[in-house]
Amino acid sequence: MAKPEDVLVVKDKSVVVPGEALATGMGYIPGTGTYRDGESVQAGRLGLASIDGKVIKLIPLSGKYLPKLNDRVIGKVIDVLLTGWRIEMNCPYSSVLTLKDATTEFVARGADLTQYFALGDWVVAKIVNVTSQKLIDVSMKGPGLRKLQGGRVIVVNPQKVPRIIGKEGSMVSLIKDATGCNIVVGQNGLVWMDGEPQAQLKVVETIRKIEDESHLTGLTDRISAFLQKKGA
Amino acid sequence: MAYEKRFDGRGFDELRPMEAKVGVVKNADGSAMFKIGKTTAIAAVYGPRELHPKFLQNPETGILRVDYNMLPFSGHGDRVKPGGSRRSREICKVMENALLPVLDLKDWPNSVVDVFVDFPQTDAGTRCAGICAASLALADAGVAMKDMVTAVAIGKVEDKIVVDLNYEEDSYEHGSDVPIAMLPNSGKITVIQMDGEITPEDLVVIFAKAEAACRKIYDVQKAALRAKFKKQEDVS
Repeated sequence: MAKPEDVLVVKDKSVVVPGEALATGMGYIPGTGTYRDGESVQAGRLGLASIDGKVIKLIPLSGKYLPKLNDRVIGKVIDVLLTGWRIEMNCPYSSVLTLKDATTEFVARGADLTQYFALGDWVVAKIVNVTSQKLIDVSMKGPGLRKLQGGRVIVVNPQKVPRIIGKEGSMVSLIKDATGCNIVVGQNGLVWMDGEPQAQLKVVETIRKIEDESHLTGLTDRISAFLQKKGA
Repeated sequence: MAYEKRFDGRGFDELRPMEAKVGVVKNADGSAMFKIGKTTAIAAVYGPRELHPKFLQNPETGILRVDYNMLPFSGHGDRVKPGGSRRSREICKVMENALLPVLDLKDWPNSVVDVFVDFPQTDAGTRCAGICAASLALADAGVAMKDMVTAVAIGKVEDKIVVDLNYEEDSYEHGSDVPIAMLPNSGKITVIQMDGEITPEDLVVIFAKAEAACRKIYDVQKAALRAKFKKQEDVS
């Protein structure tokens, strides 16, 4: 129950800056990205205020990717280890792909691992373990996890990945259908695409537009109109 | 001798005209320009990112590294030697101390947040302008922080306490200045330095004036951060 002394200071979906008071009174509960200071709930980073009843959350608008269990990420092979590969994935921490998580084939002792994944190869993998010190294991076992052949990879704002994917993948399938490109979006803010060069450029343009405007309402309508205008 | 009118004609409590813009360095994870009078600071934030050499890593938290740099042509005609100096090294540390209390880098062990602050043009108050710009850039980079940081130098010229000294006042013979970094929402102070002499009574006045000045700077910062994002009316 919101008491009379509980006052909401900001509007839902408004941009708030660190330290800004979002609400006062013990009736409001600080959610992720916010903190309580005495009577008031304050923003703990730059983001969009999201008010859900009594709980105030902050939706980040920028920031690096923080590795999370079960995320599907795109990474690049940067080193070959004794029994696996080191994968870089657009964040401060690299991950390890071990042999047993990489292939079901029998690999003889001392075999040349670069015949499976060579330096510079791009892969879609799933995070299977994250420690408190951010030591990360990834796996290639699962639907859709594979080596990426050809195409191109672009870096996007990792916090915008949910918008690029859309509800149950609606946004990314909209772009796929309109451009005929094959697209894989990694949770870590790397997007791989393959298709006609002109179509790929359209995908890049569309994704940049999503990054720019996803904090505003009516995104899907604007993007489908944009794609139509581009004649894709 | 009494200081009747400020050299540039400002009121004694008046800040120089401010301007702030966020997102000026596209390659950086976060960036900002903060201009106060003729002092311009450009800050770029990279990270959290991998930290090397490894012995600098802290397994408990990410660390903050600030680089303060006056560009060669930025001063008053004398070429500022590029590269670090005793003075710039000190200011880097001071700025780190000013910014670190608001940051939360616990989620990023062994990593570093690099803040580069460069000054294309300077007219006193660089560390304060640098702190304001760096705090904007850190917010833009999406680093978890519990408050913005604002900073201003309050000083005394002859008999008057003046807010936001320019170079003429800063280098005035019978004067002193106190740069203060303050968190605008809680009023907590993260850095205070002093150049010259100040009486305890004057210091109390200085704190009060700093609080009022920092609030004005905060308003400029808030507007700049909001201006980065497109508005609903821009798209429909």
